[in-house]
Amino acid sequence: MISPYTESILIFIGINTILAYSFYIPMTTNQISGGQGAFMGIGAYFSAAMTVNYHIPFPVALVVSGLMAGGVGVLVGFPALRIRGLYLVIMTLGFAEVVRVFFLTSEYFGAAYGFSKIQELTTMTNVAVVLGLIIFVVYRLERSYLGRALEAIKENDLAAETLGVNITKLKVLMFGFGAMVAGLGGALYAHYALFIDSNNFGFHRSIEMVIFAIFGGVTSIWGPPVGAAILTLFPEVLRFIQEWRMVFYGLLMILMMTFRPQGLVTKHMFKDVLSRRGRQEVGDPA
Amino acid sequence: MIFFQQVINGLMLGCTYVLVALGYTLIFGLLRMIHMAHGEVLMIGGYVALVIIAYLHGNLFLAMLGAIAVTALLGITIYAASIRYVEKGGHLSPLVSTIGIAIVLQEIFTKLFTGEKIAFPQTLVFKNIQVGGLSFNTVQIFIIVLSFAVMFVLYRILKGTMIGKSIRAVSENTETARLLGIRVSWIVVITFALASVLAGIAGVLVGIAYHSIYPLMGIEIGLKGLAIIIIGGMGNVVGAMFSGLLVGLMEVFSVAYISSSYKDAFTFGLMVLILIWKPEGLFGSVTEKR
Repeated sequence: MISPYTESILIFIGINTILAYSFYIPMTTNQISGGQGAFMGIGAYFSAAMTVNYHIPFPVALVVSGLMAGGVGVLVGFPALRIRGLYLVIMTLGFAEVVRVFFLTSEYFGAAYGFSKIQELTTMTNVAVVLGLIIFVVYRLERSYLGRALEAIKENDLAAETLGVNITKLKVLMFGFGAMVAGLGGALYAHYALFIDSNNFGFHRSIEMVIFAIFGGVTSIWGPPVGAAILTLFPEVLRFIQEWRMVFYGLLMILMMTFRPQGLVTKHMFKDVLSRRGRQEVGDPA
Repeated sequence: MIFFQQVINGLMLGCTYVLVALGYTLIFGLLRMIHMAHGEVLMIGGYVALVIIAYLHGNLFLAMLGAIAVTALLGITIYAASIRYVEKGGHLSPLVSTIGIAIVLQEIFTKLFTGEKIAFPQTLVFKNIQVGGLSFNTVQIFIIVLSFAVMFVLYRILKGTMIGKSIRAVSENTETARLLGIRVSWIVVITFALASVLAGIAGVLVGIAYHSIYPLMGIEIGLKGLAIIIIGGMGNVVGAMFSGLLVGLMEVFSVAYISSSYKDAFTFGLMVLILIWKPEGLFGSVTEKR
């Protein structure tokens, strides 16, 4: 059997992949969120309250808290429709700060002392099930009629709208879906970390989620798992220079953006490698 | 007069916010990007002044000059290392790479000075002044007067000098400015130096005002600066000045009359409302697609 150490790393890779997907999903309609940490926090706090205070079974708490985060995501998604690009990043960042202050001041959720005495209910199995479902849904979605509509929005949303794509509905839907995934990740995190406080879901967490996704690549469904896995393992492998690992982490981000801003995995990468076709030939009708 | 005291405190806080926000707004105007390590420039400005006063036994004037020189160079270095070669990658790439720089700088300063708050040496003479029942102290006056002087100088530079006019021209339209013979790459470098100096000065002022600095202070003030440029209108210099003071006053009053833990929620809540209701900001005009 695998050692507890390996198991904990695998669980963290799983949770971080889920979190990276929560950034990737709104990104499929060109919505960049800098506040996914807030939705993660909503999922974490509410699921913890449900299992600790009301003894609700974990799977139920998991689903309900994910739906709650998704619901809040839809509410945020509507005003977010008017805002795009960097403005959306900052708006979601600001929203996340408001949510963080809510948890910091809410007596019910332990305020500044945090929420403790959470049972350890997250296992490798349930992380794998949740992650598998998310990948399945996203994979099926991208290959459906809706997936082509999403791609159209990503390329040019005005053109997509004139072609009859309901961009309002799809953008809000994907924003809500992303928020729900963050909520699920948060619920799994809470029942593994066993103690949560508002600082777990602040600016740093949101940015971390962005980095996992961007590092792996946001044009391919396989980008988030690659990014999350490498960046979760990175500090473990670099134990021998533990002291300076954050510096390496920062430098890695700069180098990555300089030399490969599209992320490690790109959409047609596997296809290109398999068919030995050059980059220029992709999309060439002849 | 407790109310008057709060107004002075609010102005003092607002002044440092304004200096930070102006840096963001200048850089955003030029490159349409958010410089996420701008708060770290502020933090380093504070530490440079601290080192000069506490370890090299310099005075406040020397400390200020040192902070200005170091942050100007730092700004240019950050641009060269994390922005110059990633600019073309869309919105996200410079955002991520400057966060990378921010992490590196936070870590280095945490290693050098520990992550804890350390005391900022007080060199100004602290004296209470009473004018007709209103009382304020020399430190408050120094910070407010110096900040307004810096804002005025910046305003004059932007309005009256060739460099300032070039900066505004590049902000309005990079290609046209280039065609008119402006060396755009130089203007960008100069703007980074200028913006970073503003943050550096703000860092020293924060040290003087709150008696302590810490390696992560850049994040907190940096995020506030972002909120302020949204409230005032991105790329709008006058808007940044007004909304910086507004946010400073609002925070101080919310601490005084409501609760200290809600002050961040007020600022960011206001920012979210502004984005929904008037995305171009309080002082902005509708010129570009958001």
